[in-house]
Amino acid sequence: MNGQGERIEVNSDQDVVRVRQLVRTVAVAVKLSLVDQTKLVTAASELARNTLVYGGGGTVEVTKVDNGRKPGIRIVFADQGPGIADLDMAFTDGYTTGNGLGLGLSGARRLVDEFDIVTAPGEGTSITVTKWCR
Amino acid sequence: MERVPVLKIGDMLLVSIQIDMEDQTALQLQEDLADRIVATGCHGVIIDISALDIVDSFVGRTLAGIASISRVLDAETVVVGMRPAVAITLVELGLSLPGIRTALNVELGMELLARERGADEWQLEVDGDDDTETPAVTTP
Repeated sequence: MNGQGERIEVNSDQDVVRVRQLVRTVAVAVKLSLVDQTKLVTAASELARNTLVYGGGGTVEVTKVDNGRKPGIRIVFADQGPGIADLDMAFTDGYTTGNGLGLGLSGARRLVDEFDIVTAPGEGTSITVTKWCR
Repeated sequence: MERVPVLKIGDMLLVSIQIDMEDQTALQLQEDLADRIVATGCHGVIIDISALDIVDSFVGRTLAGIASISRVLDAETVVVGMRPAVAITLVELGLSLPGIRTALNVELGMELLARERGADEWQLEVDGDDDTETPAVTTP
């Protein structure tokens, strides 16, 4: 059973803050542990910033999910930006095409339970992450 | 955009981050601190992050930047009050904040800075004293 998601348009620094706050609220609502809340909000912050900085803006949708055994949260980050040509490179710690530390994508993947990415040059990027209650 | 206040206490600057910072706010703080270090001649900076429920790579990078900038300006930075969940997440994210001094709270951070500064000054006095070159146990 999957609930109705909440969607935020990400076009500014301020929107990244709003994404963090929304994810925090939903994480508390599904009763993720404090450490898992912190991990998920941190991952969401990294990915929302990527949507803004590299994707040129986009949307973030946060949905409560349930796999029949435990509840969780699913977040989809979507942009219509340039896409990622070399995923292996993009997931390498320390690799960046911008000014960052190169930890956003690789770090965010370590902080969540499930991580899916759909991207192609010129076709934008869509990243779906899920964190389950323990 | 909100701004984080920088307070001067004796020879130290104290910053307590109480808001969920936009990236621009974090960069502004970095600039404000550099200006205040030069304007006040303070030798220590304490950044209290006990109110932050996350530190992502951007904030982490900004803290590291502040530490490097202040060192170049003859001030030492101590980040204090990191929550346990934040520490766990930062390390898993891949950010161990090398080069950043930490303490558990503001009080311990101030002690750390005072001790270091004290040690530096003592070092200076000892260096100027030729007698210290002689080994301690020479007298028969």
